[in-house]
Amino acid sequence: MIRTSIKISSQKLDVKECYSFVEDDTCGGITAFIGTVRNETEGKEVLQLDFTTYKPMAIKEMQKIADKALEKFDIKKIAIHHAEGMLQIGDIPVIITVSAKHRKAAFLACEFAIDTLKETVPIWKKEYFSDGEVWVNAHP
Amino acid sequence: MNIKVLFFGITTDLTGEQEVVLQVNEELSINDFKSILKEKYSNLEHLDTYALAVNEAYVSYDIFLKPNDVVAIIPPVSGG
Repeated sequence: MIRTSIKISSQKLDVKECYSFVEDDTCGGITAFIGTVRNETEGKEVLQLDFTTYKPMAIKEMQKIADKALEKFDIKKIAIHHAEGMLQIGDIPVIITVSAKHRKAAFLACEFAIDTLKETVPIWKKEYFSDGEVWVNAHP
Repeated sequence: MNIKVLFFGITTDLTGEQEVVLQVNEELSINDFKSILKEKYSNLEHLDTYALAVNEAYVSYDIFLKPNDVVAIIPPVSGG
C-alpha cells in the first residue's frame, strides 16, 4: 500500500485529490492544512507571489518529511503537495492531508509536516508589491 | 575537476547566475569550495546565512567533493 503522495506542480493544486488519497476505512479522521496566498505582509499590499523550487531536491525533502511523519505518529496516509510558479491572492501554494485512526495523531502529523516543510524544503517565494519585489526570508 | 553550481532565490540576484560549471582542484573539501565561492561571488557576503547541498542532499559536515558533483546554494527557504 502506498502511504505517501508527494507532488510539486505548476498546475492548480487539488484539495479533493489530497483528500481522496488519504481516505481509508480504518481511519476515524482526516486533517488538512491548506496554505493560501495572503493579500498583505506587515501592512503592505501583496499583489502576487512567485514560487521557485529546486524540484528534485524539494521532492526528496518532502518525501523525507512524509516518511518521518509515518514513523513518528500513528497515522495511515499523508499527502504533501506544493505549487510552483506565479500565484495570485487566494491561490493555494500548499496542501497537506493526513488520515489516522484517531484525530490527535492526524493533527500532530499535519502540524509537524508544514512546520518542517517551511524549514527544510528548498522552495523560495518572491512577494510582488506595487513598488517592487522581495525574496521572503532572505534579509540580504 | 568540474563542479556544477546551482543558484536559487536571492542568490540568483546577488550573483547574476543560475547555473555555472567551475573547474577546481581534486580533493577539495566543501568548506574550501565555499571559500572559493565567496571569493568569486563577493556579493554572497550580503547574505547572513545559506546552506549547501551536494547532489540534492544538505551537507552538514565537511566532505570532499568528487568530479561532476552538483553543489546547490540554498538561501533561507520560504515555501509553504
